[in-house]
Amino acid sequence: MSPDKMVRMANQIATFFETQPGADGAEKVAAHINDFWDPRMRQQLLDHAATGGGGLSPLVRAAIAHIHAPAA
Amino acid sequence: MKDFIIPGDRDMGTPARDGAPVVLTIDGFEVTVPEGMSVMRAAAEAGLDIPKLCASDNLEAFGSCRLCVVEIEGRRGTPASCTTPVAAGMVVRTQSPKVQKIRRGVMELYISDHPLDCLTCAANGDCELQDMAGAVGLRDVRYAPGDNHFETRAEAGGEANPLYVPKDDSNPYFTYDPAKCIVCSRCVRACEEVQGTFALTIQGRGFDSRVSAGTPADDFLTSDCVSCGACVQACPTATLQEKSVIELGTPTRSVVTTCAYCGVGCSFKAELNGDQVVRMTPYKHGKANRGHSCVKGRFAYGYASHKDRILNPMIRDKITDPWREVSWDEALGFAASRLRGLQETYGQRSIGVITSSRCTNEETFLVQKLARAVFGNNNTDTCARVCHSPTGYGLGQTFGTSAGTQDFDSVEHTDVVIVIGANPTDGHPVFASRLKKRLRAGAKLIVIDPRRIDLVRSAHVEAAHHLPLRPGTNVAVVTALAHVIVTEGLMDEAYIRERCDWDEFQDYAAFVSDPRHAPEATEMLTGVPAEELRAAARLFATGGNGAIYYGLGVTEHSQGSTTVMSIANLAMLTGNVGRKGVGVNPLRGQNNVQGSCDMGSFPHELPGYRHVKGAEVRDVFRQAWGVEIDPEPGLRINNMLDAAVDGTFKGLYCQGEDILQSDPDTKHVAAGLAAMECVIVHDLFLNETANYAHVFLPGSTFLEKDGTFTNAERRINRVRRVMAPRNGFADWEVTQHLANAMGAGWTYTHPAQIMAEIAATTPSFAGVSYELLEEKGSVQWPCNAANPEGTPLMHVDGFVRGKGRFIVTEYVATDEKTGPRFPLLLTTGRILSQYNVGAQTRRTGNTVWHAEDLLEIHPHDAENRGIGDGDWVRLASRSGETTLRATVTDRVSPGVVYTTFHHPETQANVITTDYSDWATNCPEYKVTAVQVAPSNGPSDWQENYSQMADRARRILPAAE
Repeated sequence: MSPDKMVRMANQIATFFETQPGADGAEKVAAHINDFWDPRMRQQLLDHAATGGGGLSPLVRAAIAHIHAPAA
Repeated sequence: MKDFIIPGDRDMGTPARDGAPVVLTIDGFEVTVPEGMSVMRAAAEAGLDIPKLCASDNLEAFGSCRLCVVEIEGRRGTPASCTTPVAAGMVVRTQSPKVQKIRRGVMELYISDHPLDCLTCAANGDCELQDMAGAVGLRDVRYAPGDNHFETRAEAGGEANPLYVPKDDSNPYFTYDPAKCIVCSRCVRACEEVQGTFALTIQGRGFDSRVSAGTPADDFLTSDCVSCGACVQACPTATLQEKSVIELGTPTRSVVTTCAYCGVGCSFKAELNGDQVVRMTPYKHGKANRGHSCVKGRFAYGYASHKDRILNPMIRDKITDPWREVSWDEALGFAASRLRGLQETYGQRSIGVITSSRCTNEETFLVQKLARAVFGNNNTDTCARVCHSPTGYGLGQTFGTSAGTQDFDSVEHTDVVIVIGANPTDGHPVFASRLKKRLRAGAKLIVIDPRRIDLVRSAHVEAAHHLPLRPGTNVAVVTALAHVIVTEGLMDEAYIRERCDWDEFQDYAAFVSDPRHAPEATEMLTGVPAEELRAAARLFATGGNGAIYYGLGVTEHSQGSTTVMSIANLAMLTGNVGRKGVGVNPLRGQNNVQGSCDMGSFPHELPGYRHVKGAEVRDVFRQAWGVEIDPEPGLRINNMLDAAVDGTFKGLYCQGEDILQSDPDTKHVAAGLAAMECVIVHDLFLNETANYAHVFLPGSTFLEKDGTFTNAERRINRVRRVMAPRNGFADWEVTQHLANAMGAGWTYTHPAQIMAEIAATTPSFAGVSYELLEEKGSVQWPCNAANPEGTPLMHVDGFVRGKGRFIVTEYVATDEKTGPRFPLLLTTGRILSQYNVGAQTRRTGNTVWHAEDLLEIHPHDAENRGIGDGDWVRLASRSGETTLRATVTDRVSPGVVYTTFHHPETQANVITTDYSDWATNCPEYKVTAVQVAPSNGPSDWQENYSQMADRARRILPAAE
């Protein structure tokens, strides 16, 4: 999908979890993406983050470490 | 018309009652019945049918025909048994020389003003007047010819009879013949009591009394009549008669089945001669509809035999080629080798399926099994993605189950109803009738909707509060309701302490109490007057049993899931989950949305809402199917299309859904489909998606197969085959053939075997079997060892997830914003007579009510743009543009326009964007920034599409 759309979708998820109580927002964003994004979508997000992650919100950036890389 | 009798389907004369037992004697038999019951029904319970004409057990007693008179010891005269309640010790005689003589006299009077053309009458053999004449022993009519309502007298060359009114055949499905009317008022009362439309009335008095639809200037079509069929069902004679019966004769057999339109899931009797459907009548013992119907289920079944149906498989190499009719073997072989080839070239995850919410549970189960067990991936999704996926997520997070909490009977115990983002009188008409009945009995209504839907104010129903919010601000409005309830101390603290997580409630209470959520603070944003919102909140919190019903106006937003959670919060906050008359009730769009979700159609969940990451659940299916289940979630519909454009998703098997017309941002859908190398459409018609398909597999209708549908109340209802599939195979057989062409080796011979597999693998269905459904009629899941007869109400002793979970719901504005270029907000919906993309209803007489999509626009916005009622307008958004005609109306607020998406010529989804719900990717159909301007013709898109569609639908003659 277009990078813009992917960034928007990831940021939308982060926007929700930012409003939730607790300090585990990054883990929750990652858990949501792990649960609902197919491997190629997660790979695209990880690749985007690895090349600077332009447009990604701070919470998505913090979540990247918790997102499962798809098995090759 | 009187019912065709199948056992237990007798008309008992008056409605059932609950009450303390009363013992009385009727014709020497001792009878025990509930207090408040009529003598007529008490007699019927004892098997003693008293003659009657104006009584019917779905209507309150009326006492006008005087045929049901009886003698009661110690009482003077001959009271009507329908209006006389039973009393302890009462001694009743239903047959005495005195009442027999009265009945014959009454019948003689009726017959003196009724034509004696029984042998050529459409109701011959199905006429209560005829039956009663026989039952009372009428042998003679002594009245001399005189004034009457049935002779035209024109043929005789005499003066025309001024009392004669010709037949009204304006309605496409039934006729009104005043010559045959006995003025029993059953039709008028059915329109009032059952349907709640009040379209019919009795005009005139005494001998001049006539049934009238609307004003004297109206006929049935121009009146308020919604063609639900309740009056036709109620009529004891041929006065209101289905045109199909006039044409085909009275039916000789009937089969109980389930309607294939909306998520109410009404039970119907398909009444037939041989394998020809004569009519569909609502089944009295259907627990969703209780004997009622709407125009779609009752009458709009003609698509099943429409000439457009495709009955032979077809293939083509490229979508620019014409279709070639081939044998099933060739089509399935072609499809299977293409799909396997794509997997070899592009990988195991390069193909997928879309299951249909219009197909049965068994068919849906097989389609997702095809993806998981044969394709070896989780690329399965369903049209619920684009309607109620946020319900699954939101209710799962808060309550622990992805389903509504109540049965439809629950509405009879409700005191305050919130209807938000739903238009039940159009979308879920039979539920709407049941709701309106409760409202007329005094329940209060709060409507939260940008449009002034019919429920806001219609005959004998008026909402206590209408909150006309700006599209996209649901979360702000519902959170403001919670703000008022919490800050004014109106919440049910005892309930919350007992049933919900108290710590999470503390966080939530602190959040909603913030002044920024006060209705005064959100008024500028939502457009809802603060005082009105406060009053609504107080009413809901303090008005007794509070129930919330919602539809796609809640889910189809960027914050769809958040709104579902906010609704769940509101129900918990006011203690309104876990008993009759309350609850959170998603109104499902299509007949089997609930079932398709239950059956594991979503790419992250195996059947029963269990995530594919769980090793234990994967093991259940590994053992059942003998294959490893992919632990990674698959692609959702919109992700499939994105991946197709990217070149990593190449093949799709799409059963019973028209994603090109129904999914948002048509150009993007078209680009995705065009990028695929094998699109298999399995449908009744060459729908819009089929324009991009390489394989067309003809589908079967609900009349042509066995199976089950699960409605919005989690009720599993049987669908029964009443005729052989015209295309040769039921849909589950087609899927099995495709799977086997790919080497699956499936051997199902009946859907009951598929249900057995569902029960064996899915805990909430563990107790479901066709035997149980035969015995009970229907069951609501969970149906298992703990609830062997199913579960009408959820969360009775506590929430399924343990403690109910309050979730903070911060309002976030959608990215779709109005501005100078696109200053108006478009919202979309449906209309009573049409269904979804219209593939079915557009091929029936229903088009008389809605032949095209119209754009509703407020007079202020129309005036500014020089648009008049009925003018062609251009509707444009950032995604695309189309043209349609305008309806100038104040049903919509200034700044808001509205249309339906039933017609491919309009393609309303050319306008909608690909923005979607944050949690589920459910598209944001309900908010699109648009501009409207006068126009004088179709848009370029419409012209190009129309040409393309014509080309894509070419079919070569079959090779000999």
